Amino acid sequence: MSHRQPDLELSPKVSDEVRKTTCYMCACRCGINVHMKAGPDGKEQVAYIEGNRDHPVNKGVLCAKGSAGIMQVNSPSRLRAPLKRVGPRGSGAFEEISWEEALEIATGWLKPLRDEAPEKLAFFTGRDQSQSFTGWWAQQYGTPNYAAHGGFCSVNMATAGIYTMGGAFWEFGQPDWDHTKLFILFGVAEDHDSNPIKMGIGRIKARGARVIGVNPVRTGYNAVADDWVGITPGTDGLLILSLIHVLMKSGKIDLDYLARYTNAPCLVAQAPGTDQDGLLLRDGDGKPLVIDRASGTLTPFDQPGARPDLSATHEQDGVTYRPVLHLMAERYLSDEYAPEVVAERCGIPAQKIRAVAAEIARVAFDEAIELDREWTDFRGEKHARMIGRPVSFHAMRGISAHANGFQTARALHVLQILLGTVEVPGGFRFKPPYPKPSEIHPKPHCKATPGAPLDGPHLGFVQGPEDLALKPDGSPARIDKAFTWDNPMSAHGLMHMVISNAHAGDPYKIDTLFMYMANMAWNSSMNTKGVMEMLTDTDESGEYVIPRIIYSDAYSSEMVAYADLVLPDTTYLERHDCISLLDRPICEADAAADAIRWPVVEPDRDVRGFQSVLIDLGVRLGLPGLVDADGKAIYADYADYIVNHQRKPGIGPLAGWRGDGTGAGRGVPNPGQLDRYIENGGFFVSHIPEEAAYYKPWNAAYQDWAVGMGLYDSPQPYLFQLYVEPLRRFQLAAEGHGERQPPEHLRARIKATMDPLPIWYETDQQGNEGYTVNALTQRPMAMYHSWGSQNAWLRQLHGHNPLYVPTKLMRDHGLRDGDWVRVSSPHGQITVPVMEMAALNDNTVWTWNAIGKRKGAWALEPDASEATRGFLLNHLIHELLPPRGDGLRWANSDPITGQAAWFDLKVKIEKVAPPAESQPAFAPIASPVRTGPDVLKWKVGK
Amino acid sequence: MTQLPTETDRKMGLVIDLDTCVGCHACVISCKGWNTENYGAPLSDQSPYGADPSGTFLNRVHSYEVQPEDGLAQLVHFPKSCLHCEDAPCVTVCPTGASYKRVEDGIVLVNESDCIGCGLCAWACPYGARELDAAEGVMKKCTLCVDRIYNNNLPEEDRVPACVRTCPAGARHFGDLGDPDSDVSRLVDARGGFDLMPEQGTKPVNKYLPPRPKDRLEQAGAAPLAPVTEEPGGFLGWLDRALDRLPGGRH
Amino acid sequence: MHPARSVILFTTLSGLGFGLLIWLGFGLPAVTGWVAFVFFVLAYLLAVGGLIASAFHLGHPERGLKAFTQWRTSWLSREGWASVTTLIVMAIYGAGLVFLDSRWSLLGWLGSTLSLGTVLTTSMIYTQLRSVPRWHSRLTPALFLVLSLAGGALLAGQTRWAVPLLIFAGIIQIAHWIRGDAALARSGTTMTSATGLRGGAVRAFEPPHTGPNYLLREMVYVVGRKHAARLRVIALLLMVAVPVICLILPFSHLLAALAVLSHLAGVMVSRWLFFAEAEHVVGLYYGQR
Ligand SMILES: Nc1nc2c(c(=O)[nH]1)N[C@H]1C(S)=C(S)[C@@H](COP(=O)(O)OP(=O)(O)OC[C@H]3O[C@@H](n4cnc5c(=O)[nH]c(N)nc54)[C@H](O)[C@@H]3O)O[C@H]1N2
Ligand SMILES: Nc1nc2c(c(=O)[nH]1)N[C@H]1C(S)=C(S)[C@@H](COP(=O)(O)OP(=O)(O)OC[C@H]3O[C@@H](n4cnc5c(=O)[nH]c(N)nc54)[C@H](O)[C@@H]3O)O[C@H]1N2
Ligand code: SF4
Ligand code: SF4
Ligand code: SF4
Ligand code: SF4
Ligand code: SF4
Ligand SMILES: [Mo]
Repeated sequence: MSHRQPDLELSPKVSDEVRKTTCYMCACRCGINVHMKAGPDGKEQVAYIEGNRDHPVNKGVLCAKGSAGIMQVNSPSRLRAPLKRVGPRGSGAFEEISWEEALEIATGWLKPLRDEAPEKLAFFTGRDQSQSFTGWWAQQYGTPNYAAHGGFCSVNMATAGIYTMGGAFWEFGQPDWDHTKLFILFGVAEDHDSNPIKMGIGRIKARGARVIGVNPVRTGYNAVADDWVGITPGTDGLLILSLIHVLMKSGKIDLDYLARYTNAPCLVAQAPGTDQDGLLLRDGDGKPLVIDRASGTLTPFDQPGARPDLSATHEQDGVTYRPVLHLMAERYLSDEYAPEVVAERCGIPAQKIRAVAAEIARVAFDEAIELDREWTDFRGEKHARMIGRPVSFHAMRGISAHANGFQTARALHVLQILLGTVEVPGGFRFKPPYPKPSEIHPKPHCKATPGAPLDGPHLGFVQGPEDLALKPDGSPARIDKAFTWDNPMSAHGLMHMVISNAHAGDPYKIDTLFMYMANMAWNSSMNTKGVMEMLTDTDESGEYVIPRIIYSDAYSSEMVAYADLVLPDTTYLERHDCISLLDRPICEADAAADAIRWPVVEPDRDVRGFQSVLIDLGVRLGLPGLVDADGKAIYADYADYIVNHQRKPGIGPLAGWRGDGTGAGRGVPNPGQLDRYIENGGFFVSHIPEEAAYYKPWNAAYQDWAVGMGLYDSPQPYLFQLYVEPLRRFQLAAEGHGERQPPEHLRARIKATMDPLPIWYETDQQGNEGYTVNALTQRPMAMYHSWGSQNAWLRQLHGHNPLYVPTKLMRDHGLRDGDWVRVSSPHGQITVPVMEMAALNDNTVWTWNAIGKRKGAWALEPDASEATRGFLLNHLIHELLPPRGDGLRWANSDPITGQAAWFDLKVKIEKVAPPAESQPAFAPIASPVRTGPDVLKWKVGK
Repeated sequence: MTQLPTETDRKMGLVIDLDTCVGCHACVISCKGWNTENYGAPLSDQSPYGADPSGTFLNRVHSYEVQPEDGLAQLVHFPKSCLHCEDAPCVTVCPTGASYKRVEDGIVLVNESDCIGCGLCAWACPYGARELDAAEGVMKKCTLCVDRIYNNNLPEEDRVPACVRTCPAGARHFGDLGDPDSDVSRLVDARGGFDLMPEQGTKPVNKYLPPRPKDRLEQAGAAPLAPVTEEPGGFLGWLDRALDRLPGGRH
Repeated sequence: MHPARSVILFTTLSGLGFGLLIWLGFGLPAVTGWVAFVFFVLAYLLAVGGLIASAFHLGHPERGLKAFTQWRTSWLSREGWASVTTLIVMAIYGAGLVFLDSRWSLLGWLGSTLSLGTVLTTSMIYTQLRSVPRWHSRLTPALFLVLSLAGGALLAGQTRWAVPLLIFAGIIQIAHWIRGDAALARSGTTMTSATGLRGGAVRAFEPPHTGPNYLLREMVYVVGRKHAARLRVIALLLMVAVPVICLILPFSHLLAALAVLSHLAGVMVSRWLFFAEAEHVVGLYYGQR
């Protein structure tokens, strides 16, 4: 019988319509094509989601989460209406109320507070993509207590980058994927640039370029790396300084670049004991001075024609000034950084460190590339070509989430700069609005006045002790103690300390905790159990210690149960949103870009977009900027705000199609702006001219373009800060200079840690005796924090999480896959299943982050595997270091930035008999929503 | 005599680059999304919000550790879907003819309306590429997105499988492996593409590209760097000399 | 492989049923009338009951007729044809015996051959699967056939044949186990050939999904070694030893019934092991040997 096959319909209709918007299954913000089909009821429904090929971020690709959006938009865990707590906090007992009632309650709480003591409102938002709006709202309200999640996320990375070079890794820059020949990745499992990093790695691999992964764990990106450096956690700084040692010692540094574009030639006063010691020599205008190598005379760094000398010293008024490079040579050539000395501490053989250094030097200097592009620098000098050192670096929380992370990230930036590989072809490139030096960022503001707005934006970059957010009596002005001597450069605030401090009344008590999009009663808190207790703790009079909690979430998360009032948000396909250049935009190194979300489907529940609710609330509170002189609303809703709000004349949340529709960056509001965005696929892109594409901090063409786009008010060329003077100013204070003085118990720490040149120090190990194994988490690429588990497709990928244990520790403890261990830290214990992993640092265990769930949350059945076999490592991580008997609360944070030190965790493990379920197990919370169906057979079309 | 076509006009298939796959599962979920809404019955999920969720997937990403005798352990992410075998045992065992291999392009498909759900084809497949859908009672497998790759309603560049279009790392390639001059065939030649379980005699069309050799820096990397000087303080002397050699330096 | 009740019942019962038909076709015992009726009803209950049981494991039994279309390539389809033809031929033959008291021996021999053929096709469904090395052997049809013959002899009261056949079946069964235990290793399919990964020992790390799936449920069934050994002894005892002893002892109806029941139970245990011990090579992808 011959072969037989049926006729197939090869060209079925894909959808009725494609609506293009922006993904929010994570913070990467890819463009998506949402295919709509009429469902059985004739209504258009989401049928299929794919990547938008035209979009600057993802160029058509989409990750697992993005493709699973359909299961999120239809998740049974979606909140359905505003909720008022009716049972005790934490029980999950609520009643559904109307929006009018909800907003009246909120107004009734917040209005008197604003009139009496606005700082008693603490408004903290999680991975909020509307921070420029929520921050502005908080400023209008007048509370100093506002921040988003950056403090517990990666503020070390952001701050170290911005103080050092006016931009950071994170979302602020990217490797030059098209030209790089060696890509070195430190401490990244996934990162915010989820799709771009994967696309980039794919591209460089296709070109045959090489990848080195520095990570205790070899999964994901590190698994495809050609070479793996399985470092001992917390020691990257030492490894990097050792690389610097080898490179400097062999002269493999880019002297021309250092002389022209960095403060390596700037002159540092050597005046021990004086208040000038360690500060830079400046002219009357405050401009750093250098010595011109041609003339041998002092000149401002930006003098046209100047050739800053990297080697000449200078004497003036009896003080010797030495160039920064001298100080660096003195420090880093020291044998204490020799590979042989650091090898054991880092867990990397000296020979391997030397091999990495040699490879870096080879690619940077022997494989340098040149682009035939003319450009002009800020000193007016024309360059015929762009020279590239094609070694690029990227790093994230693996180095930043340690209490030495700021200095480690600094060290990495200094390494890149020494190689001359920042903002050159093949190196690391900034994305607009970066580069932007720390000086032109705002400074923090904290002056609260009853009934009035705050004196300025909350967050910023301090330049010295005078910029700290302290009250006149020297006590912290902010509830999270950001910008205090505890952590002076805490540019993103310390969200992880808010509940703890509010509970302790340290520095003061608050009345209302208002949170948005942060699962603080679970995965985003350290010491989860303790936080749940703080949220439910009552005082002598039986009142809650934290009197009121308002929370906005879109789903039935663990945190919902701890709110008194829940404001249910829409899902990301049901609302307007704005991914603004004023905020954390989606730019690429070659382009400025921003984007919107718009309601591609209408909500089928009584929910409202949170930003619109905030506008409504602001109007009810009569906040300036939200109401006019007659008290009437200025903006109808968030969409109206996005289009019509102006931060400065001509500059609004969206840069595209301003004015008459032709304006980019600057221009009066255009009522048709959102339609233009929708027509264009939901985003706007403005490409950077070719001659402006590299050397951005010094490139006159870039500076002019950025001014045109509204990124700067005027050109802002600057030098990379190998030596960070503001750090030195804090050290000087600690040495006793200046009016603002740190408390005694912090003096020594400030002197030791706030070194203006990168250092490495062992993080505080007091109280860790006996706990010797490093314990980490990694983000799974297919899950976003806690939200993924409500997703029927994604939770099948990661429905529970074992503790991965290296082969050596498995043997030492007689463990086999599936056995259970008790993992303890000085702070607590958990009991969890283990699985062996060979490609893992010998003294490190790890698990996937945020897979464990509380019973009753997320509309899952109470016996969901996430709750019975999944677990959180967070129970072992405290927001405070072990008590030292001094009565002080020492935060488990980087002493410079306040970055939460998640990855400093040290544990011990013991084999135990398998318990019925992973421990600790908590009582289920009552679900404010139904649980899902038993079978899913999803199909929108026929 | 066989129900398989003696020859197919083309041999369409996937080439999966194990050197590049980062194990992100994007291909898994986009496949689920496309094939739930398109070809045949939806890919159902049982107990989707319960203790042990379990659904039908046409593509799953495994991971393996490779431990060299001396050297660092490696990890390989390993996506796997139907390999559209030339000698597909899943087709010949099928009693109803529901399973077939297309003569035009070699795609192995299940005609769901003929399938009695006996499961024998899934037993016959050595690769685990077929799953019986628990809700629909019919056999499910990778369709090579036959309803995309020729679909006139899609722009030309989108006429590729959903998993290929979505793969962020570019680790999945699609093309005619029967044409020695196709991009995929060249890639297979250049990178030493291989078959899974060749001894099973299935002659898979899909090919895998091996991971490149790892951890070679110490053996194959650049020569160690020599210090510019061994003298103490000699660095500053070197610095001065080096600066003189820079353009604009004092000669 | 997952030892599904439906396939165990199917292969055991229909094996016995067709086994009985083989003997009846040969006229052993040479029965007619009511006695023949009883024998045939028993054979049909077993054979058809088995076939019905097998339908329980279909996703769409209502489309069952489609399974007759692919007899050129599919052993399952051939089994359909073989069983139906056998049942028809034997029905005519049986009708002759029961109602007309006449034995059409040519038809009987044809029926016997077809019955044997049916058992062969059943066994070939498993034997053909290269993906299950334990089954992919001539010993598999041998085992199915000899068990069918032995069981049939037992039911047909052919003690003379039954005893040696039972012993022979025991030997084949042991051979099947011994060969089967080494089959996966000898098949050449390994973790390395499955993944193509070279340069070191390959170990499965994370599974693709943390949850269960069809493949694991259907194809990856792991029996403990001790448990299996114990079951093998039980199978041999029930399937071979007890019936042989019963047959050797002076005849009694009770002993005969015991022999049959014991044999039936033993074959079921053997079939359970046949499935449960069969390693599908897909297990390698999941790190299961
Ligand atoms: N052990 C350990 N803990 C960690 C980390 C770690 O690495 N290890 N990482 C830390 C870091 S960096 C971070 S950023 C945090 C993240 O922690 P969170 O920011 O708390 O992350 P999510 O779990 O995503 O919680 C955000 C909340 O937002 C809700 N949500 C989702 N979409 C919407 C929406 O559209 N509107 C509203 N209103 N709500 C929505 C979700 O339902 C969820 O309750 O976790 C921290 N915790
Ligand atoms: N899919 C997905 N994407 C996400 C998120 C998500 O939840 N899911 N969350 C988003 C958020 S909020 C953030 S902050 C980013 C964070 O993205 P990442 O920075 O990638 O964060 P983690 O997943 O915590 O990965 C930290 C990595 O550092 C390694 N590491 C830990 N300690 C050290 C060390 O001392 N040295 C070195 N070299 N490595 C170390 C860990 O092994 C791990 O691989 O991801 C964002 N993107
Ligand atoms: S990386 Fe994935 S989840 Fe995040 S925005 Fe892009 S597609 Fe969405
Ligand atoms: S991979 Fe399996 S299902 Fe696909 S053609 Fe080959 S044998 Fe058949
Ligand atoms: S399950 Fe369907 S496709 Fe597979 S062999 Fe049976 S009838 Fe054929
Ligand atoms: S080709 Fe299509 S059906 Fe096959 S794995 Fe890829 S997306 Fe799934
Ligand atoms: S999408 Fe690409 S990189 Fe991700 S798992 Fe699939 S093949 Fe690998
Ligand atoms: Mo984060």
